[in-house]
Amino acid sequence: MTRIGVITFPGSLDDRDAQRAIRLVGAEAVPLWHGDHDLLGVDAIVLPGGFSYGDYLRAGAIASHAPIMAEVIDAAAKGVPVLGICNGFQMLAEARLVPGAHTRNAHQQFIRRDQRLRVENATTAWTNQFETGEEIVIPLKNADGRFIADAATISRIEGNGQVVFRYVGVNPNGSLNDIAGVSNERGNVVGLMPHPEHATEEGFGPDTALAMSSGTDGLRFFTSALQSLLSA
Amino acid sequence: MPVIVVEVMPKAELLDPQGKAVAGALTRLGKTGYSSVRIGKRFEVTVDGPVTDAVLAEVTELAADMFSNSVIEDVVSISVEDAAAS
Repeated sequence: MTRIGVITFPGSLDDRDAQRAIRLVGAEAVPLWHGDHDLLGVDAIVLPGGFSYGDYLRAGAIASHAPIMAEVIDAAAKGVPVLGICNGFQMLAEARLVPGAHTRNAHQQFIRRDQRLRVENATTAWTNQFETGEEIVIPLKNADGRFIADAATISRIEGNGQVVFRYVGVNPNGSLNDIAGVSNERGNVVGLMPHPEHATEEGFGPDTALAMSSGTDGLRFFTSALQSLLSA
Repeated sequence: MPVIVVEVMPKAELLDPQGKAVAGALTRLGKTGYSSVRIGKRFEVTVDGPVTDAVLAEVTELAADMFSNSVIEDVVSISVEDAAAS
């Protein structure tokens, strides 16, 4: 059985939801601890959402220096699929595993909404079960979600197809070019602000045209990882 | 004990929402004559022992790699103060 690790940091909130999402697609969820130097041989890694270290210093900054991040950086370089969700995305950016950085939402407020996204690159380790251009809805909840980078970096990642998700309808935090998620050049490391793990089970996801809380668009992030490991 | 002071500011070209909010408050208070406010961070690192070149080099490295994120911030100054004198 494919084993996907979820790293718990001090202040992680959505680690258990990520573990549940992994089990829902038929993989084994392996809890990992930030203070260890051991990935327990997992096949893929999720850095979950939350407010590690209370967002002190900068969101994700202190956690990006955690002991286990040395192993995550090594694994990412070897092509292991790594997904950073919300605070996990902030950690990936702070660790320079994906380009860019995050600042306070442009409107200065925490925001929670079911967010429409367009999948801009359906070839990454975490998006291969989507179609390029497909629109999905998953929950968003953050205070420091404004993705920024300098003009040269934005131009480079747009050209490389490293912009993986874009906000549609509403840009909820002032992110440049409506960017909601990005990848590394190789496409095995993906980070995004919205939360796929909160849209994996009918009854607990975003509303759809069919029924309340029935949205499960987040499932395919995890089935994508399984597929990429099969074909690796 | 000596203190190494590191000051970090958001990059000049970036929106500084905190500073903008404070500048807005100044305007509402009727304090005219100020065009902007920008807010940065000051780190005071107390050193066990003297500030050697090696210690200063290490803090300079930490300032660049941890205290600041070069995508969004600049380290604007690193200086040594004597805590006992202040």
